[in-house]
Amino acid sequence: MLDATPSCLEVRNLVVEFPGRHGTVTALNDITLDIRPGEILGVVGESGAGKSMTGAAILGLLERPGRIAGGEISLAGRRIDGLGDRAMEKVRGREIGAIFQDPLTSLNPLFTVGAQLSETIRQHIPGTSRAQARARAVELLQEVGIPAPQERVDHFPHQFSGGMRQRVVIALALAARPKLIIADEPTTALDVSIQAQITGLLRKLCKEHDTAVMLVTHDMGVIAETADRVAVMYAGRLIEIGPVEDVLKSPAHPYTRGLMASIPALGARVRTLHQIDGAMPRLNAIPAGCAFNPRCTLAGPRCRRNRPDLIPTRSGQAACWLYEGGVE
Amino acid sequence: MTATQTAALRVEKLDRVFDVSAPFLSRLLYRQERRYLHAVNDVSFSVPSGGCLSLVGESGCGKSTVARLVTGIYPPSSGQIRFAPGRSGQPLSAQMIFQDPYASLNPRWRVKTIIAEPLRELKLRDTEALVAERVAELLGIVGLNVADGDKFPHEFSGGQRQRISIARALASEPEFLVCDEPTSALDVSVQAQILNLMRRLQDELGLTYLFISHDLSVVRHMSDQIAVMYLGRIVEHAETEVLFADPKHPYTRLLLETIPDVNSPHRDRKIVAGEVPSPLSPPSGCTFHPRCPLAQDRCKTERPNLETKPDGARVACHFA
Repeated sequence: MLDATPSCLEVRNLVVEFPGRHGTVTALNDITLDIRPGEILGVVGESGAGKSMTGAAILGLLERPGRIAGGEISLAGRRIDGLGDRAMEKVRGREIGAIFQDPLTSLNPLFTVGAQLSETIRQHIPGTSRAQARARAVELLQEVGIPAPQERVDHFPHQFSGGMRQRVVIALALAARPKLIIADEPTTALDVSIQAQITGLLRKLCKEHDTAVMLVTHDMGVIAETADRVAVMYAGRLIEIGPVEDVLKSPAHPYTRGLMASIPALGARVRTLHQIDGAMPRLNAIPAGCAFNPRCTLAGPRCRRNRPDLIPTRSGQAACWLYEGGVE
Repeated sequence: MTATQTAALRVEKLDRVFDVSAPFLSRLLYRQERRYLHAVNDVSFSVPSGGCLSLVGESGCGKSTVARLVTGIYPPSSGQIRFAPGRSGQPLSAQMIFQDPYASLNPRWRVKTIIAEPLRELKLRDTEALVAERVAELLGIVGLNVADGDKFPHEFSGGQRQRISIARALASEPEFLVCDEPTSALDVSVQAQILNLMRRLQDELGLTYLFISHDLSVVRHMSDQIAVMYLGRIVEHAETEVLFADPKHPYTRLLLETIPDVNSPHRDRKIVAGEVPSPLSPPSGCTFHPRCPLAQDRCKTERPNLETKPDGARVACHFA
């Protein structure tokens, strides 16, 4: 990036492995990305591509026996990948907020939303009195657009609708004014008309607070509406990253091109949709060379031999030999 | 709509009410009243033979209930569901494809057993050799190998499982398929494979589809006609092109407005406030009035009927 603003999140050559009886599976391989303050980076890919895993690795929430086997994660210049569980607990919530797919499972059904907000605020901002925390909770609910926050603060999660619950979760993620928010499929469980409200809210709040957001989703539509830049993942690797306009309108990597073409367009109707034949390989059976080569219509001998790293294209980067010396 | 085509399915004044009351003892002790959920309310439509009608709407609008009523999984509370006579002279037989290919296949059965179940159950083939032959044929139709028949569902990806569901649905040679969100659990590239397969099958086997989805871009790709549902009622029903070119009901406009367009990132779109009210206590009059930008006093008291417009669209709105 030519921009001089320092990054909020920096991930360098991140590798995540899952050791198992039948050998070690590399779930994330050589992930490098950064997010600046106030920027929304969309991370897209099919199920199993490693997009949620990237979020979990940054949050220090990898499921055992998964572990970070290489690379660095820095938040505002500080390494956070080697921190212990206790130290990481302080980072989560205080410095990194998280929003997950199902708002009902992220909220405790036994406590009022006000109690949950106050707890988070008092936990992460020492010296806050109960009254101050409550006032701040009301303020947060107001900010995320919940009507009558004075009364709603004493309601339980089940008294809110799906969209309102996700707003509460966003309020919870924002409670300690984190530098980074990781939103994993925040709108997938919601109806389309509510989706637009939530993505709009997320975008507005992140710009206002200068918070960096990593938005993990499989929905290109959500990316188009929300993200500033997009990272496309395939079989545990980053294969393309760039500004949202360019990646969606003129994708560089053949996989991204296929993916975009397979979305039913709202413009002209076609009889048959473009389809990428086959399926993404399992992580224990990734082909040699470029992981996409068996499905790629442009693949050449070089793609079956050598694996491309991210190579600069017009405005972004793509892991494809087409952009460096060809496929022969 | 188009009178020239014969209707494969005609649904008239369909109603379905669910009793969602608390258990008897709770009602007695806490003096609670019985509660009813009117999931489908006065729904009428017809599906042209060989065509595809899509029902769209948000969760809780009753679209899946209609699918289940049509396939006979639920009996209707009132109203009629009539299938036209099929090739055999008997009423068309309907089959269903479900949303979640992880839940709709028996994990303990081999794929060939799953696909053969309707054949054996309905005694459609006399000998086991003929059953095996038909299973192999069905696997071929949906793009799987014969060898895949010996595997278990967990060995397949979501897209392949959905192919297995389709093969099972096709086993009894239905002429009508009800597809309840068949691709919403799938990734986009796989979704394209399944939609293409469904289109191909429609052409080759002369199938008629009732397609249920919340994804308007998928619906637009698949259907000839679209019916938009809101809180148990159809609010607009039109030919696909008419509906997209000239949406008349304010709710349809809202839905079209909220479709994210991947070709124009950061499009300025109106964000509509409000949420779908609980179907347990729907608003009076036109059920959409609390969210409607055009609503006036009349909408709070008087429910609009579906009226046919000059371009053939049926719309339930006082001001459309």
